Amino acid sequence: MPRIDGVAKVTGRARYLDDLDAPGVWYGATVRSTVAHGVLEAIDLDPGFDWSRVVVATAADVPGQNYIALIENDQPALVAVGKPVMHVDEAIALVAAPTKELAMAAAKAVRPRVRGLPAVFSVEDSLAANEKLYGTDNVFKQFMIRKGHASDADFEAVIAKAAHVIEGTYYTSPQEQMYIEPQAMMAEWRDGRCHIVGSMQCPYYVHKAMKPLLGLGAEDVVITQSVTGGGFGGKEEYPSMLAAHVAVLAKKAGRAVKIVYDRDEDIAATTKRHPAYTRHRLAVDQRGDVLAIDVDCVMDGGAYLTLSPVVLSRGVLHAAGPYRCPVVRVRGRVVATNHPPHGAFRGFGAPQTTFAYERQIEKLAIHLGEDPLQLRKRLALRKGDTTATGQELGFSVGTDEVIAAVERVAGPPPVREGTGPNGEPLRRGRGYVFYFHGAGFTGSGESRLAGRATVARTTSGRYEVRSSSTDIGQGAITIFTQIASQALGVDASLIDVIDPTTSLVPDSGPTVASRTCMVVGGLVERAAKELREKLPSAPAGEEVAVTMQYEPPPGIHFDDATYTGAAYPCFGWACCLVDVTVDLDTYEARVDRCVQAIDVGKAINPVIVKGQIEGGTLQALGWALLENIVYREGKVANANMTNCIVPTFADAPDLETILVEVPYPFGPSGAKGVGEIPMDGPAAAVANAVGDALGCAFDGIPILPEVIAASRARWS
Amino acid sequence: MKITLTINGERREVDASPWKRLLDLVREDLRLTGTKEGCGEGECGACSVMLDGEVVNSCLVAAGQCDGRTVTTVEGLAHGDVLHAVQRELVACGGAQCGICTPGIAVCAAHVVDRGLIRGKNDHEARETVRALLAGNICRCTGYQLIVDAVVNAARETR
Repeated sequence: MPRIDGVAKVTGRARYLDDLDAPGVWYGATVRSTVAHGVLEAIDLDPGFDWSRVVVATAADVPGQNYIALIENDQPALVAVGKPVMHVDEAIALVAAPTKELAMAAAKAVRPRVRGLPAVFSVEDSLAANEKLYGTDNVFKQFMIRKGHASDADFEAVIAKAAHVIEGTYYTSPQEQMYIEPQAMMAEWRDGRCHIVGSMQCPYYVHKAMKPLLGLGAEDVVITQSVTGGGFGGKEEYPSMLAAHVAVLAKKAGRAVKIVYDRDEDIAATTKRHPAYTRHRLAVDQRGDVLAIDVDCVMDGGAYLTLSPVVLSRGVLHAAGPYRCPVVRVRGRVVATNHPPHGAFRGFGAPQTTFAYERQIEKLAIHLGEDPLQLRKRLALRKGDTTATGQELGFSVGTDEVIAAVERVAGPPPVREGTGPNGEPLRRGRGYVFYFHGAGFTGSGESRLAGRATVARTTSGRYEVRSSSTDIGQGAITIFTQIASQALGVDASLIDVIDPTTSLVPDSGPTVASRTCMVVGGLVERAAKELREKLPSAPAGEEVAVTMQYEPPPGIHFDDATYTGAAYPCFGWACCLVDVTVDLDTYEARVDRCVQAIDVGKAINPVIVKGQIEGGTLQALGWALLENIVYREGKVANANMTNCIVPTFADAPDLETILVEVPYPFGPSGAKGVGEIPMDGPAAAVANAVGDALGCAFDGIPILPEVIAASRARWS
Repeated sequence: MKITLTINGERREVDASPWKRLLDLVREDLRLTGTKEGCGEGECGACSVMLDGEVVNSCLVAAGQCDGRTVTTVEGLAHGDVLHAVQRELVACGGAQCGICTPGIAVCAAHVVDRGLIRGKNDHEARETVRALLAGNICRCTGYQLIVDAVVNAARETR
């Protein structure tokens, strides 16, 4: 089935937030800190500016509690006078005016006075805790996984018995989501209620944050998602901040207020992928079987806690990789710095630790002189094995299928040395990775969320799917229509997936974690099936609705205290091959070929699934070779699309995507998560391939030309 | 100043600052919101329109430059309910996901197809040409593969 919203999008009829009008709407702008750490002493207004035509709002105008409710309530919507400024581009004041130009001019005429304090920009300085940004040690959150040992001494005793220990430290850079529609939101107060509409992934996150901030009850805050031009995690938590800003301005201005970020502002102020340092030790016996895995990952959380504990959790839960190992120790910490907060981005911590373990496996293959794909095949987890948290893999383990799929198409490796069309010397190489990704929230997370979805036959005789899952381009509307159509046994044209508005749809949980199709789609399927049974006995002309709530599959239990048990309901499995060419004149590495074989359980809409995989794959290839955020004294130095680059048509190779289906028995038609997994693996495959081409190790990304140039002395 | 232009086949007169961006003229004065702003500095191509048949970034063109000229936006690609071949193929191939870059890509791709810029090329050459000609349009969702498929298919249909 073609995408239901496809025609509206190709004709320009789809209305995004900036395309929406409201009578008499004003435009907002944000006054931000230029200081990374300090205390806000005053907010001065330029006396030469005509303030009669604009509205200025500060923390004093927040009607309720001045924080963005998320995991902790540590982040203010606006820094109050006398309170700390924690990062450059933190919001200090807001202005609204009848035109964008006037709002921009007014914002420039607001002058915050900040007394500077020493700032922290590295995880080392944060851990040294000379400057306290959070608690006594600057550690937002720490996790520890122990498998097969009781103490550090026991663990080291196992390492001591190893025939070989591979050790390395890996760096992965911050990454900008770069959705092409910048963050955008509009608010209006009507009849004492605050109506907020905007570009977002999670209407109920915004709803949760607005209740205390605006001092309103659940009924008096109505959040609606507008057509959203990409998210990738970047519109998971930040929209709550923007919603707070437009809501406060709209209340003070007494009219609708809209804020649409400029690209520069969006890159500078909103969340990025957490940069991470991962130390990894891989201990093997004489035969090359893994005895122990030791991981210590430190992520830079930025200035506020936001979603960092959850990102770290996923990073930690994936850190040992999809490999058999009896003894595992994983330690993860996320620390406070004076960078703008890092946050959700597709993969959500897993790409960082995946990069480390797949570089380690590559080094083991080189050390043992074993074929890198065959080594992965030999060590990989299969049905019946247990993961680092002791989760026994009982079903839907696509290890052999994804590896075989890549083997079938791999062909001979590229010829190592060559010459380009202009006589430039070239080196070519091939890299493999094998990886997995837990679908849905952690075992305990989905149960706590208890997401709900409704399927109804309305009085008009049509059918409605009501959920808070947003379509951010990944195809939720189309997939839900397909699932409901099949379960109800009615034509898809009779089904409406209604726009997520908190007053009309139940809380299905956020649109994150590769859970929309697998978890919420599962609820839609169950609700539709039950509705189908009820309909024959239901009176005609009346609405009949069935709401389903998430129930964990049998045997899925996770212990948050010990970090043991079933971390995820199931995993996706993937194998990736990358061929690269390095130009020895320009030091540029280019991906010539990228094959991804991914076990998605069941592809309900193969075209949409393929699109998801290819989009995630290119984001990963970009992260590996050219995407970067450059911080200078806590400020994003490349906050524009000219310097903060992402792959273009010309940078992208043709992508070879192989869909593998090893059904998940508790997903709709066997489907499991697909959104994030393609992001996890390819970066390490690129590093492995560039290493193969040049004969030396690349343990950090992005592998920019200057990195390759600096490696010259190590080439073989 | 009074700016007279032919927009999607219709002659319109607009009173606007000559320094206004064509993007804003189209979106605000002509109320054609299909053309999107992604970066405002000519990098992303979401605001692509045709000016006298050539593709431009409308965020980099001043309205005053457009007086007496012809502008085609995404709204002008279809004939009534009949989609342009690139629009049809973008839907069929899955070349539109979030859709925010799609209007710009549709305009640029329509230009490539209607001018016959990949006509007569074999599949590999056609794909490479599409990648080169659309390199000014950034899509963050698709990885480009399905868009390239769509443009190549559309060119075949209109051959």
